[in-house]
Amino acid sequence: MILWWIGDVVLLAVVLPVVVYLLRAVLDAAKSIVPSVQEIAKVAAAGSKDLDAAALLLTTQDQATKTVAGVANYGGSLDVILDDAR
Amino acid sequence: MTPVLAFAAAGAVTILAVLLIVVALVFYLVSVIVQLRKITAGLDEVIAGVGEIVQKSAPVNGVVTTINEQLDAGVELLEGLLVKKAGMTDAVGLVEGLYAGAGASGFRSFPESGTVKAPRIGEVYTRGTLTLARLGREAPIAAGNPAGPALRDVERGSLAARLLYPESRQAMPESLPRSPVIGTDAPVQYEQREDIGAPRKRLPKH
Repeated sequence: MILWWIGDVVLLAVVLPVVVYLLRAVLDAAKSIVPSVQEIAKVAAAGSKDLDAAALLLTTQDQATKTVAGVANYGGSLDVILDDAR
Repeated sequence: MTPVLAFAAAGAVTILAVLLIVVALVFYLVSVIVQLRKITAGLDEVIAGVGEIVQKSAPVNGVVTTINEQLDAGVELLEGLLVKKAGMTDAVGLVEGLYAGAGASGFRSFPESGTVKAPRIGEVYTRGTLTLARLGREAPIAAGNPAGPALRDVERGSLAARLLYPESRQAMPESLPRSPVIGTDAPVQYEQREDIGAPRKRLPKH
């Protein structure tokens, strides 16, 4: 009988506080993750938006190709017009 | 207290303790589940954003590589032309004159250019001035005043400029077509289109 009461006391004074403490720690850790994930989501969305101009690289590539082709044409003309050094 | 009551009281306390523990477990575990659902929703947004980033940045590597290759080809072309026309020494001197200190690094396609001692800027400038002057004499459009006559004869000016060059350079342009003559006095007049200068046609409003 005495052992039963001792078990009750241990249950209420030790086990219950320990369970509450551990579960509260898990809940606090989970709560702390939420803002970080939301911030990461915002940053990912902003990074994706920043890359919207990446499609213009295709235009840049085309322009660079045309520019180099034009330079090559000018270079060919200059090669004909100007005398060589030797 | 009778033994029966004592057992009943101990059992009631035990049940109460277990009940409290279960309630605490349910409360905190449900709270954790709610937070984990928020985390899952946030990670879904992150995955969507990262997926867009990956999708948008996928062609960047190839495009930038192609642009760099094109620009490298342009640089090699211009460097080669400069070295061919001005000579290695003057080319290095010209680059050194335009960008102080750049002559020491030399040209990409000419590793030996890094060891060339750059001449004085004045020497390069004089040579460039002569080149520009020769080009100016051959310029096809050289009118002093739009209302006045051209400074050079369009029929004979080019031939006169050719006399400044060796015979090997005079013979080649003879087979090339001449530059077209433009203006109101041009020998070839094209029929004027009626739609040029007329009001723009407007589509009927819907």
